[in-house]
Amino acid sequence: MKVGVLALQGDVREHMRSIEGAGATAVTVKRADQLAGVDALIMPGGESTTIGKLLDRFDLLEPLTTRVENGMPVYGTCAGLILLAREVVGDEDAPFRVPVLDVSVRRNAYGRQVDSFETDLEVSGFEETLHAVFIRAPSIESAGDEVEVLAEYDGAPVMVRQSNILASSFHPEMTDDERIHELFVSMAN
Amino acid sequence: MSDTQRETGSARVKRGLAEMLKGGVIMDVTNADQAKIAEDAGAVAVMALERVPADIRAEGGVVRMADPEKVAEIVDCVSIPVMAKCRIGHFVEAQVLQSLGVDYIDESEVLTPADEANHVNKWDFTVPFVCGATNLGEALRRLGEGAAMIRSKGEAGTGNVVEAVRHMRAITSEIKRLSTLGGEELMAAAKEHRAPYDLVREISETGRFPVVLFTAGGIATPADAALMMQLGADGVFVGSGIFKSGDPAARARAIVDATTHYEDADMIAKVSHGLGEAMVGINVSDIPESERLATRGW
Repeated sequence: MKVGVLALQGDVREHMRSIEGAGATAVTVKRADQLAGVDALIMPGGESTTIGKLLDRFDLLEPLTTRVENGMPVYGTCAGLILLAREVVGDEDAPFRVPVLDVSVRRNAYGRQVDSFETDLEVSGFEETLHAVFIRAPSIESAGDEVEVLAEYDGAPVMVRQSNILASSFHPEMTDDERIHELFVSMAN
Repeated sequence: MSDTQRETGSARVKRGLAEMLKGGVIMDVTNADQAKIAEDAGAVAVMALERVPADIRAEGGVVRMADPEKVAEIVDCVSIPVMAKCRIGHFVEAQVLQSLGVDYIDESEVLTPADEANHVNKWDFTVPFVCGATNLGEALRRLGEGAAMIRSKGEAGTGNVVEAVRHMRAITSEIKRLSTLGGEELMAAAKEHRAPYDLVREISETGRFPVVLFTAGGIATPADAALMMQLGADGVFVGSGIFKSGDPAARARAIVDATTHYEDADMIAKVSHGLGEAMVGINVSDIPESERLATRGW
């Protein structure tokens, strides 16, 4: 099982560590030929504007969309969630995306960096709460019928799954808790 | 907002934003138009300041934080994080910048220091700080004061990467050396580096710098950025190198591309074509000691 971490920009190292901790092999993906060699892909935290532009510049948007539509498991955190969203609402857009996940998101919905926060969440299927780190995080404003909500904060979804697509507005890779990465690896197996 | 439990301003949240900027380029800007050019080029953040370092060097005078009106204008016009510089030790400038909603404060030697003995007590703030360092001891003193991200100082405004290389090599080789020491040698090492013992011990045990380490000072070309990434930087600050060059938009984009593909020489070559004139450089050895910015702070 080879899990790629999209390494155009962002917290790649943390995801690689979490994936290895969850028992899979992690490799970086910067080019289309590298994408072709992985079984699953993580789209990490980072700046969605930047990562989106780089996906476009280095011709990854189309092959990535095709792979996910053909069933490759993908997990997006924070910026990754924005890039997977079908729709972005509000003043701040993210024009280059892989719009496969039927949700509508709002960028920086919780405020600027001084409003970034940590909290404990109930996650569907997990016995114990999960400590979640939200950094200039997006919110999920609405989700389609195919989308299963796995965790909520303040009455709004913050972690969702739609068949082979998993996404969270927080960063499990910033803690030592590898349960979400284990869930993702099991989706890929 | 409901009464749901949440904690803001923690070390993890402050250091976390820097983690999200890794592999990216942070660009100095003095107004909203430049900020937009930087964002369009793919910058991960912009740094608001009054004048770029090359102009500070040319014009002299006291250099302060940017006009709050300019900072607010920049905050409003981009979706990426906005950083801004305050003077070393000027905690009220830092309070003002926090109040303006900037996402990171750079307590910077590029501005005129306000306190010759003390840096800002960065633990007092909810907004995170980045600080410059020329060696490991200086970096760890800044972390001791609460910085959440470090950058090499380099010699800003010169377009000459030599000092950034010196500082990055100093920091990485000192980390390597610490990781070879036995426990009984660590207090002496802390004394030698004039650094907090706990941080020295942490680095000795992990072999890694505890926060994100960017590079800054003198980066003017895509190859400069890739050089610093190969030397171990987590990302790149570019100051005068973009807006003092012939074609800022093209150069900004090329530096972003080279930072992402820093190990791919073919890609660096490809993106380096047709960028027009680079900024005019200055040999650091031609600058009198008293005018060097890297010596500010301790």
